[in-house]
Amino acid sequence: MLHKNKRKILNTVVLALSTTAALLGIAILFWIIGILLFKGLSVISINTFTQDGTPPGMEGGGLRQALVGHLMLTSVAMGIGIPVGMLAGTYLSEYGAGSKVANFIRDLSDIMMSAPSIVVGVFVYGIMVAPVHHFSGWAGSVALAILAIPVIIRTTDDMLRLVPQTLREAAYALGAPKWKVIFQVVYKGAAVGLMTGILLGVARVAGETAPLLFTSFNNNFFSLNMNDSMASLTVTMFGYASSPYEDWQQLGWAAAAILTFAVLFVNILSRVIMNIKKGKR
Amino acid sequence: MKNINLGDFIFESLSRFMALSVFVVLVAIFVVLYIDAKPAIDSFGTGFLTGEIWAPNMETFGALPSIYGTIISTIIAMAVATPIAIGIAIFLSEIAHAKIKGVAGTLIELLAAIPSVIYGMWGLFYFVPIVRDVTGGSGMGLLTGGLILAIMIIPFTASITRDSMNTTPDILKESAYALGATKWDVIKDVVLPYAKIGVIGSIILSLGRALGETMAVTFVMGNAQRIPESILEPATSIPVTLANEFTEADSDIYYSSLYLLALLLFVVSFAIIATAKFLFLKKERS
Repeated sequence: MLHKNKRKILNTVVLALSTTAALLGIAILFWIIGILLFKGLSVISINTFTQDGTPPGMEGGGLRQALVGHLMLTSVAMGIGIPVGMLAGTYLSEYGAGSKVANFIRDLSDIMMSAPSIVVGVFVYGIMVAPVHHFSGWAGSVALAILAIPVIIRTTDDMLRLVPQTLREAAYALGAPKWKVIFQVVYKGAAVGLMTGILLGVARVAGETAPLLFTSFNNNFFSLNMNDSMASLTVTMFGYASSPYEDWQQLGWAAAAILTFAVLFVNILSRVIMNIKKGKR
Repeated sequence: MKNINLGDFIFESLSRFMALSVFVVLVAIFVVLYIDAKPAIDSFGTGFLTGEIWAPNMETFGALPSIYGTIISTIIAMAVATPIAIGIAIFLSEIAHAKIKGVAGTLIELLAAIPSVIYGMWGLFYFVPIVRDVTGGSGMGLLTGGLILAIMIIPFTASITRDSMNTTPDILKESAYALGATKWDVIKDVVLPYAKIGVIGSIILSLGRALGETMAVTFVMGNAQRIPESILEPATSIPVTLANEFTEADSDIYYSSLYLLALLLFVVSFAIIATAKFLFLKKERS
C-alpha cells in the first residue's frame, strides 16, 4: 500500500512540476510582451515614423531611417532568398528527388538553418565589406539572405513533397513535360504551403541583428543608398539600448515593440494560413 | 526518340545550380574564414586556444577568456533549460487537454519567435537588476548570460522534444495504463524510452544554438576580456567578443584573430549540429 502511495505522490509531484514549467514559459512570454506594450507603445507617436534619429538630448527624434532601412534590407534579402530557396527546394523535391546529391544538400541546408548568424556576418564582411573598405546595405541583405535560404528550402521541399504523386502522374499522362507539371500542378497544389515558407523566412531574418553589425552597420541619417551603411531597427535598437541616454533608450523600446509585434504578426499569420489550409482538407 | 524538353533542361539546370549554391556558400564560409584567420594561426598556433591575455594594444591575442565564457555560459544555460524544457514538453504532450495543448503549444512557439535582441534588451533592463539584487555585484556576467540563454533555448528544446514525444504510439501508452501505471510511470517507462533518441537530439541541437547565440548575451555579459573569478563577474564569450570588437579592430592581426574566433565557433557548432541531425534526428525527417 505504501509503495502505491509513493507512486501516486511522485506522479502528482512530477505533473505539478511540468505544469509549473509550462506556466513559467508562458509567464515569461507575457512578461516580455507586457513590457513591450508598456514601455514601447507609450513612446510611439507619429514622430516615431516620420522623424529621423536625433543626437541625445534633442527632442522629437524618431526611427524613420531605421524603419525604412530595415524594410529595404529585408526586402532585398527576400528578393535574393525567395528565388534561390524555392528553386533549390524544387530541385530537392522534384528533379533531384531521392538522389544522393539532393539528400546531401538537404542535410547541409538543415545544418545551415542552425548555424550561428554572427559567423555569417563575419563571412559577408570578409567577401563584401573588407574588399571595398566600406559597409553596405547590399552586404547586410546578402547576410540575411544566406540565413533565409535554408528556411525557404526546407519548407518548399516539405510542402512540394506533400503534393500527391498521383496528381503529377495524371499530368504526365496528358503529355505535359516535367517543368509544366511542376509549375501548373505541383506549385499550385502547394501554393499555401509555399506562402507559409516565405513568411517563416521573413520572420526568421526580420529579427536578426548579429549578421547586420558588420555588414550594413548603422546609419544615423536617412538613406536609400544600398551602397552605403544602412540603419536597421535591430542594430539601432542595440545602439540605443546600450547608450546611457534616456531618450535614446526610450526610442530603443519603441523599436523593440514595433519589431517584436511585426515578427509575431508574420509568425501568427503563417500559422493562420496553415490552419485554414488544414481545415479545408 | 529521346529529346529532352528545352524547358526542362533550363529549369532543371537552374534549380540544381541553386541547390548546389548551398554547398558552395558553406564551403566558401570555411575557406574565407580560414584564409582570413591564417595570419593569426601562423603567429599564435595552438597558443591562441590557451592564451589568457587578449590585449589588442600589445597585439597579444589569447582566446581563453572567450572560450571559457562560451563554455561556462552554455553549461549554465543547458543545465537550467533542459529540465524546464522537458517539463514543458511533458505538459504539452501528455498532461494538457486537447484545447489547452494547442494554445499553450502556440504560446511556447511564439516565445521562440521573439528576436534574440529583444531577450538581450529585456535582460539588460529587467533581468540584470534582479540578479544584482539577489547576488550583489554588477549583475552582469556568466550567470546572467547563461540564464538569458536558457530562457531563449527553452521554447526551442521544448517544441522539438514535444514532437518526439508525440510520436509514441497511443497503443503503447494505453497498454501501460491498463496495467495500472500512473501518468509518470507511463512517461518514464514508455514515452521517454520511446522518444529517447529524439529528445537527446533536440538537446544537442539546442546546445549548438546556445553556443552561437549573440544578441541575447551581448547586453548582459559585461564584456570583460578576462577569465572571471566567479560566474557573477563580468566576462565575455566568442560571439560577444565578435559583436563588440569586430568593427573596432585596427590592425591586421587583430582582424585575423577575430576571424579565427569566428572559425572556431563555426567549426564547433557545425560539428555539434551535424551530430544532432545525423545521429539523432535523422529518421524524423523521412
